Amino acid sequence: MAIIIDEKNRLIVQGITGNQGRFHTTQMLAYGTQVVGGVSPGKGGMEVDGIPVYDTVFAAVEAQNANASVLFIPAPFAKDAAFEAISAGIKVLVIVTEHIPVHDEMEIVDYAKRNGTTVVGPNTFGIVSSGKCKIGIPPNQFFIEGPIGVVARSGTLTYEIVGNLTANRMGQSTVVGLGGDRVVGLSFVDVLEKFERDPQTKAVVLVGEIGGNAEEMASLFIKDMTKPVVAYIAGKSAPPGKRMGHAGAIIERGKGTFNAKVEALQVAGAKIAALPFEVPGLLREVMG
Amino acid sequence: MVTSSEEAAQVAAEIGGAVVVKSQILASKRGKGGGIKFASVPEEAREAAVSILAMTVQGHKVGKLLVEEKIQIDKELYLAITVDGSAKKPVIIASSQGGVNIEDVPDEHIVKSYVDITVGVYPYLGREIARRIGLTGKPAADYAKLLPLLYKCFKGKDAELVEINPLVISRDNLIAVDSKFTVDDDALYRQRDVPYVEDRTSIEKQAHDLGLAFVELGGNIAVMANGAGMSMGSLDTLVHYGGSPANFLDAGGGTGTEGTAKALELLLQTNPRVIFINIFGGITRCDDVANALIQVKKTREISVPVIIRLVGTNEEEGVKILNDHGIQAYKVMQDAAAKTVEIANGG
Repeated sequence: MAIIIDEKNRLIVQGITGNQGRFHTTQMLAYGTQVVGGVSPGKGGMEVDGIPVYDTVFAAVEAQNANASVLFIPAPFAKDAAFEAISAGIKVLVIVTEHIPVHDEMEIVDYAKRNGTTVVGPNTFGIVSSGKCKIGIPPNQFFIEGPIGVVARSGTLTYEIVGNLTANRMGQSTVVGLGGDRVVGLSFVDVLEKFERDPQTKAVVLVGEIGGNAEEMASLFIKDMTKPVVAYIAGKSAPPGKRMGHAGAIIERGKGTFNAKVEALQVAGAKIAALPFEVPGLLREVMG
Repeated sequence: MVTSSEEAAQVAAEIGGAVVVKSQILASKRGKGGGIKFASVPEEAREAAVSILAMTVQGHKVGKLLVEEKIQIDKELYLAITVDGSAKKPVIIASSQGGVNIEDVPDEHIVKSYVDITVGVYPYLGREIARRIGLTGKPAADYAKLLPLLYKCFKGKDAELVEINPLVISRDNLIAVDSKFTVDDDALYRQRDVPYVEDRTSIEKQAHDLGLAFVELGGNIAVMANGAGMSMGSLDTLVHYGGSPANFLDAGGGTGTEGTAKALELLLQTNPRVIFINIFGGITRCDDVANALIQVKKTREISVPVIIRLVGTNEEEGVKILNDHGIQAYKVMQDAAAKTVEIANGG
């Protein structure tokens, strides 16, 4: 099983001829993802790493029956590219691009919702159903198949935690990066619901951070979950009023504090890791 | 807008009646801080200006004043449009109780209305919200005209927040007495006519110009990590071991050798006792980071110890580059963090 993506996904890469697009196409192929095409306007007919390049998403979908896409497109052009993918019938759209204007993000998420497209990101590392399919940019070697579902707002911190899991021989069902921006396609609750129903997933790791109320909303759902949840919240030492990189990671007017999040999650029954490397030990405790 | 007490008196004389003298700063709660004063004659306006210009209000030095007619306030309202991250939509927040901090207004006096962005905001929504906050007659009709205009400004200018507080009813007229307007940093490339007002420290501004997220924290361990979450995790881990970070620095994803080298140069400006670099490469390649460190070491003396943890994409290449230059890289974050704190605390 696993959630959102699996070995059957046929992926296209929008922006495949750019530096990042090219590099990560190679990495995704190496992981075993079925990359079936790339899109780069004006460069149709080329090949990248043996993968055919098309001028439009429609052409790539027609020729390759693609159902997923990943965007390596600069922020000013990301909305156009995302709209193109959604209107061409792409079902899973992963937007790696950071610094997309928030008004564009609201439009992308809105259009996707009306067309039944799942948007992962923007400003995400992507999504990995370990051993089956990777869409995005995480380093391949740390993602091995297993029973742990991981959902996170932040990329590198997720690698840190997944790296720790893998070092402790705890594989992952699916690892989902929601994205670091204020408006993203998936919420913690959307993903937790899927993990709760997924037979492969036996326990869930939630990686949150200060700011916003996403973790508080998640705790309302965790309260009724049958599967155990271990959470790590980044930003314990962050001062209020300072935006810590991510658009959402700021303690504003006393809201979104570390303590409020930890308390809400604990009340809901989640175990809290004080530091990233404590996660595997806590999982072992809750999984018995 | 004036910058001296003489000008303030002159403007007050031109208005010819009671005026209000307001400090123009990038913060709210000016009134509570003494940054707003009333004057009935020009001489009083001059005195008010002298005293406000000498003030620091809510941590901001006052450089500019607005002198305007004192209006009769029959009622103060609150109206704002902002982005709701959990709803993924714009939200209109309206209240019949304005002039105060909206957080202090009880929920039952706040009307929230989410905007369907494919439809936008039309006068009917203004009429409905006006009804729900108890407006009638001319103010209600004006409110219905105002709301679509405010939304047009919010969307057209890529705002994260437009806020009118208070929105005053004065002799049946609606008057925006004070407002706040925040534009999305990520949209500035297409909002070139929006004046940029700097509220960063000098080093934070330098970092911003380099495309890096940087926050000064005042400790003695300079920190560089890739990714906002990892950067926060690094700070939390250092603090856990008893360390005191000098900064938050997200070197970003896929920054490359050049950008990473500039980030390192920036860290050296904070005069730290030790530099902690924590990289888990995804889109960032470990060899780029290693090359950057070597490059900076070559071009200038780094007099403080550097502790580097380097794993992820192109890890082997990166570690080899460091080893070739006699630098050892850590593999485990907590080991590197513990060592860093030991050095910083005089070990």
